[in-house]
Amino acid sequence: MNGGQDLGGTHGHGPVKPEPNEPVFHDEWEKRACALTLAMSAPGGWNLDMVRFARENRPPREYLSMTYYQIWFAALERMTKERGLVSDDEIEAGHSLYPPKPVRRVLSPGDVAKTLHRGGPTERDTNTKPVFAVGDKVRAKNINPLTHTRLPRYVRGHVGTIERVVGCHVFPDSNAHGGGENPQWLYTVRFDGRELWGADSDATIKVSVDAWEPYLSPTT
Amino acid sequence: MQLRTRALETILIEKGYVEQAAIDQLIETYEKKIGPRNGAQVVAKAWVDPKFRQWLFEDGTAAIGSLGFGGRSGNHLVALENTASVHNMVVCTLCSCYPWAVLGLPPLWYKSAPYRSRAVADPRGVLRDFGMELPKDTEIRVWDSTAELRYLVVPMRPAGTEGWSEGKLVELVTRDSMIGTGRPKHPGELP
Amino acid sequence: MSGQDHDHHDHEHSELSETQLRVRALETVLTEKGYVDPAALDLLIETYEKKVGPRNGARVVARAWIDPAYRARLLKDGTPAIAEIGYAGRPGEHIVALENTPKLHNMVVCTLCSCYPWPVLGLPPVWYKSAPYRSRAVADPRGVLADFGVTLPKDTEIRIWDSTSEMRYLVLPMRPAGTEGWSEEKLAELVTRDSMIGTALPKSPKDIAK
Repeated sequence: MNGGQDLGGTHGHGPVKPEPNEPVFHDEWEKRACALTLAMSAPGGWNLDMVRFARENRPPREYLSMTYYQIWFAALERMTKERGLVSDDEIEAGHSLYPPKPVRRVLSPGDVAKTLHRGGPTERDTNTKPVFAVGDKVRAKNINPLTHTRLPRYVRGHVGTIERVVGCHVFPDSNAHGGGENPQWLYTVRFDGRELWGADSDATIKVSVDAWEPYLSPTT
Repeated sequence: MQLRTRALETILIEKGYVEQAAIDQLIETYEKKIGPRNGAQVVAKAWVDPKFRQWLFEDGTAAIGSLGFGGRSGNHLVALENTASVHNMVVCTLCSCYPWAVLGLPPLWYKSAPYRSRAVADPRGVLRDFGMELPKDTEIRVWDSTAELRYLVVPMRPAGTEGWSEGKLVELVTRDSMIGTGRPKHPGELP
Repeated sequence: MSGQDHDHHDHEHSELSETQLRVRALETVLTEKGYVDPAALDLLIETYEKKVGPRNGARVVARAWIDPAYRARLLKDGTPAIAEIGYAGRPGEHIVALENTPKLHNMVVCTLCSCYPWPVLGLPPVWYKSAPYRSRAVADPRGVLADFGVTLPKDTEIRIWDSTSEMRYLVLPMRPAGTEGWSEEKLAELVTRDSMIGTALPKSPKDIAK
């Protein structure tokens, strides 16, 4: 979606302000919000692409004025409520009011290290062949879905070069909305800075994105 | 906000940069005097007078100026003709440009993110928000007011108004119909 | 609840922010329903607060500086090379190492959210996840580097990698001069987190000289 999260190339946000000796978490609640999010993905039965969409799917004004973990937590609340795992009145009350729903798996302390170590690889086997090869010129499509996509606006319509054929990976545009993993060939596409930002911009810049095949059209 | 505005106004007046009476006049003008009634008169005239209508589409500023309307945000007016096959809609995606001279100050929804973001991408969806559904094959022209041109939609004259006077037709022309997000009233809707 | 408990409860509430309350409430509800185990939550927090951090990436870089064969393996396929040192897992399943050279400087961003190579760098800092960096890195990297006090030669090519997929990027900065014969451990001290994101250069020997 063309939401507040699609920030590449937007203006007005001011300088980057690193915090010296920044702690990993700035508040106790941030730790809990982070851990809860990680621990709920199995019982919640959702995937990372769904989580990302739940985070970005709000008015840009909200997205831009919330802190990072506030966004995480808002998405966690939304997803647990959507799946009927918790309800608003329970959160208001601060404790469970209704019986739990059966869930497939709960993360135990003993499994934490193993689960983190295993991660969630997204590469999948396929019988198909990639359409593009290294060195091919491609044009990023001008798509504007209301749903989740990982093609940022600042590259849409622009011509780049295939730098790398990454492999066949889970396709977020489907996976975020219950359309299944639908793995597609994934490429790293390199764009000239001037192609993206105009003839007057810095000539020494090149920007790449990782783009799935459905995002790209051949061009000469 | 009230305190801050009042404070700044006081200071500007005390320093002699602005005059209280002028400010009051400005407020009175846009609160009470200049409003969509101006544009309604333009539209009603175009409905009854073919020569004026032609002039209006050829040179909006001059034709509208001839009725005594113009000036601020009305120096460069373009009238847009709605037909059976083309529907016009006006927006300012970048801020809130609006033909003040004929419509007064814009409503909040016109200046807000939902309209500004969706009008150019999903005009049918926006029209649905206004309770309006157009035939599938109607062309929708969205005009983004990015320069100093200001756009006034001239909606189609409602049926059942043959022989009506200009004065009576004015009653049918709504503000939203001149932005392109509504239809004029039809005769049955008048009290 | 006794009168005393109730007073303490109220006093606490008045000090907590709304978000804090809601987080606590949701955690309580989820725990009571058995969806999450508080001990698992504590372990997750401990892992990312104390165990996994940029020291991991620094070791990878230091080894690459010292061992040309390892460097070659790392640049060819980051994931297994990093696993050799013992770091792997979510989200770091697909790591690509990016080599800085005198002519080329790499910088990593996630304009769309905050994708970051957790296994080698831990959790990302706030600036990495915020609008100023996400908006400007791809358009004005030199301006961003200036915010970090870094100026590169005018003709250095700058490559910005927007992490739009599950590929995660780790910058391999150039080995500072004057470090001939240094041990891996000592070299690792020069490797800062920001140098592995691409918004800084590694420390030089005089930076850590005492």
